[in-house]
Amino acid sequence: MSIMQISVFLENKSGSLANLTSVLAENNVNIQAMNVAETSEFGIVRMIVEEVYSAANILKEEGYVCKLTPVVAITIGDRPGSLNNAINILNNAGMDVDYLYAFLGGRAMDTAHIILKVADNSAAEAALRSKGVELLTQEDAGEL
Amino acid sequence: MGNYYQKDIECAEREVIRDIQSRRLAEQVRHVWENVKPYRIKMEEAGITPEDIKSVDDLSKLPFTEKSFLRDNYPDGLLAVPTKDCVRIHSTSGTTGKRVIAYYTQDDIDLWEDCCARAIVAAGGTDEDVCQVAYGYGLFTGGAGLNGGSHKVGCLTIPASSGNTQRQIMFIRDLKATILCCTPSYAAYLGESMKEMGLGPDDIPLKAGIFGAEAWSEEMRHDIEQTLGIKAYDIYGLTELSGPGVAFECEEQNGMHINEDHFITEIIDPDTGEVLPEGEKGELVFTSISKKAFPLIRYRTRDICVLSREKCSCGRTHVRMTKPLGRTDDMLIIRGVNVFPTQIETVLINNGYAANYQIIVDRENNTDTLDVHVEMTPDIFTDNLGEITHMQKELSDELHSMLGIKAAVTLVAPKSIIRSEGKAVRIIDNRKL
Repeated sequence: MSIMQISVFLENKSGSLANLTSVLAENNVNIQAMNVAETSEFGIVRMIVEEVYSAANILKEEGYVCKLTPVVAITIGDRPGSLNNAINILNNAGMDVDYLYAFLGGRAMDTAHIILKVADNSAAEAALRSKGVELLTQEDAGEL
Repeated sequence: MGNYYQKDIECAEREVIRDIQSRRLAEQVRHVWENVKPYRIKMEEAGITPEDIKSVDDLSKLPFTEKSFLRDNYPDGLLAVPTKDCVRIHSTSGTTGKRVIAYYTQDDIDLWEDCCARAIVAAGGTDEDVCQVAYGYGLFTGGAGLNGGSHKVGCLTIPASSGNTQRQIMFIRDLKATILCCTPSYAAYLGESMKEMGLGPDDIPLKAGIFGAEAWSEEMRHDIEQTLGIKAYDIYGLTELSGPGVAFECEEQNGMHINEDHFITEIIDPDTGEVLPEGEKGELVFTSISKKAFPLIRYRTRDICVLSREKCSCGRTHVRMTKPLGRTDDMLIIRGVNVFPTQIETVLINNGYAANYQIIVDRENNTDTLDVHVEMTPDIFTDNLGEITHMQKELSDELHSMLGIKAAVTLVAPKSIIRSEGKAVRIIDNRKL
């Protein structure tokens, strides 16, 4: 059920993000969600893209270090309290969120999507599903 | 003309020094032949017997001694007297493998302390002085050597040892220390700390400093002299040879006089082993001719320098050596500690990193910094920032425990470390030494 995220290591220096986005653009990689976590020395770019495996191959050939990680993706209403609801479901189930990032609904109006990294994806998904939270599949993500 | 601790020998005619060296060398060679089996085997292999060594002219007939020979004979394979005649040991840090244990008889300690006393007197020290020894005490030779020298001169000695900067400054002021002995980088650090406390050179009674155990530049000397309001003197030595005081600077501050009555010096071509004429740059080789417990015959220091027998206006006749200009191996001296790139490589490999690294050494505010750049690899990369910073910290701790000094770790992009002709450039030393 979970979807594949691609993370890329970048040095935190001028031009390194631009180099990455150029490679992605030249290879027609469509980015659906993106998040950058950084320290003063390096950063991790996390992305949800269409054709994740071919994107990973392209990046490896270009000399990037990248990694595929299954993450949980959910769709929630674009209104106050809906994120709170989802997070509380996980919290009540005793599950910690390692990181998350959000993006607005794309083609579906009035919704937002949240990408979550937790220790146990299946357990988180089961908890969320049992409380009626809508989960996104890889196919769903591709159609956003 | 300055003051001397042992004027007769420090200012002796060259012929006199030569005669002493020849006599002591012949005695020393016989001593190791009779008492140190590994030396005897080496000499037999070279077809040499003590009869062949009659004067300093015969020195080059003897085989060289490498550091590995000392390590292979750990701990006491090269001990030349019974342990009951020994009174102390000191030891190298052993960061590159086995330690070297240096044994001393009471006479060995005396002559070592004499050498340090010569250095202190050359720096203007008398029994009126208060000498603060801020070298480490313990297995390291710095503290003990200068401590002993200071006693011989009759200075009031403050055995402060290293560290605790506030207390160092307090002692300098309250006990009116006039001579400071420590590493040059620590002297510079004391100067910086004083500035931060709002203290200038006029607020402290120091007049001279004796600084060694690591490389330092003329610029650094100037800085230290300005901030502390002192004259800064260089001192050279190796644990293997006794410790600090093998050579020291006089008031001319133009090269270090080697104590030739105890150590014979040669400069050789590091590749061929051929002895080079005076004035040429090459590897420094020492033979200790007076020490009895742990004598060294033609010991290769790996330090590159130049010797000069030109007359020194201080009146001393002993040969002078320049500051070491480099090394024949890739050893770095960082904050007084010997660091080999291979040690860093070992830590990386043991911790699951690829051996794609670069060592960047710099000097900030007169303190050496060590930054190890490691290329990120798919094996260690994760999407979790916390895990990566944790790995970085762990690696930094491992390096600290292996090297004995702090090292920063920077993770860099794959293949970003410069390679020339396919070979990575491992060391970038930005210090202007």
